[in-house]
Amino acid sequence: MDALIVPAIALAAYLFSQPVASPDRIVLLPDADGTIGALVVTGATGEQKLDRAYAALAVDGQGKMQAVSEDAASVQQRYGGLLGAQPPHPTSFTVYFASGSSTSLTPESQPVLEQLKSALAQRPAPEISVIGHTDRVGKLEANDALSMQRAATVKEMLTAAGIRAVALEVVGRGEREPLVPTADEVAEPRNRRVEISVR
Amino acid sequence: MWRLKSMIYPLILSASLLASPIWAAGDAGMVKTLKGNVMIERGGQRQNASVGTPVQAADRIVTGADSSVGITLQDNTRLTAGPNSTLDLNKFAFDTTTHAGTVDASVKRGSLAVISGKIAKATPQNVRFATNTVTLGVRGTSFIIEAGGEEK
Repeated sequence: MDALIVPAIALAAYLFSQPVASPDRIVLLPDADGTIGALVVTGATGEQKLDRAYAALAVDGQGKMQAVSEDAASVQQRYGGLLGAQPPHPTSFTVYFASGSSTSLTPESQPVLEQLKSALAQRPAPEISVIGHTDRVGKLEANDALSMQRAATVKEMLTAAGIRAVALEVVGRGEREPLVPTADEVAEPRNRRVEISVR
Repeated sequence: MWRLKSMIYPLILSASLLASPIWAAGDAGMVKTLKGNVMIERGGQRQNASVGTPVQAADRIVTGADSSVGITLQDNTRLTAGPNSTLDLNKFAFDTTTHAGTVDASVKRGSLAVISGKIAKATPQNVRFATNTVTLGVRGTSFIIEAGGEEK
């Protein structure tokens, strides 16, 4: 009897140490705004580019890739739980300074604080980045400092208004991200703004 | 006493060096959604994660059965790991002024949904995801990785 049992145990151990691995799968999804990005997947047998919505690859244990068919329905069926567990989309609010002022916001900017409070209340562990921007008048370094000052001013306003978050950081983007693209040294009020980004 | 001092000074020096990294200091991201059992391994220690737990570069995130975790990184990259998953956040760096940075993560087992963030727009060449068999370069997009094999 003992002689029969030993090979059976050995076979079981072999099976457990050599699992028949299901392949890795890579699926490209459309972004929330409908645009499609691209993935370049590199395995043992080379490189494959995915650039259509729901384009997918199966990859075996040796890194060999094979195109597989996926669509919105199959992705929802297979990965609906995973996609449903994603953190909420980061959102942002923009405030503008009244003309000639670095401390008071335009009247249109006032309701933003209430919208911000409501967004914070709906989010798990919300973090705020207060991001200052400038127009392109002046040097890059000077605009970095100016954008930082604007952000710091808004941070103080938020704190004074009783806005609370898990984190509240101040960022200066300077003139790198104009709302309205302009040539250098062009004054543009719409670019002199502070973005309150919530994630 | 002099022995003690000679030991303390290098400690103070290294602490001050650590406190001033080139990139934005501190955490890489934060847990925003969580279901079931989720552990974060850091420097040989394991701790239970919950909503609001910070995530740092070099962390390993491990989910149990019927579990999931959603993490938002500082550049708005969102990483969501499904059940029975092991995710290594190998590297993360983000310059909030220029948006230059690095994202490097590996799915050792299980599943990961990714929505890329600001780093993938500014410096896509520095965004890399991997399984045990393939590496992925990202051109500003959303995708799913499922690692079918055993953990290696």
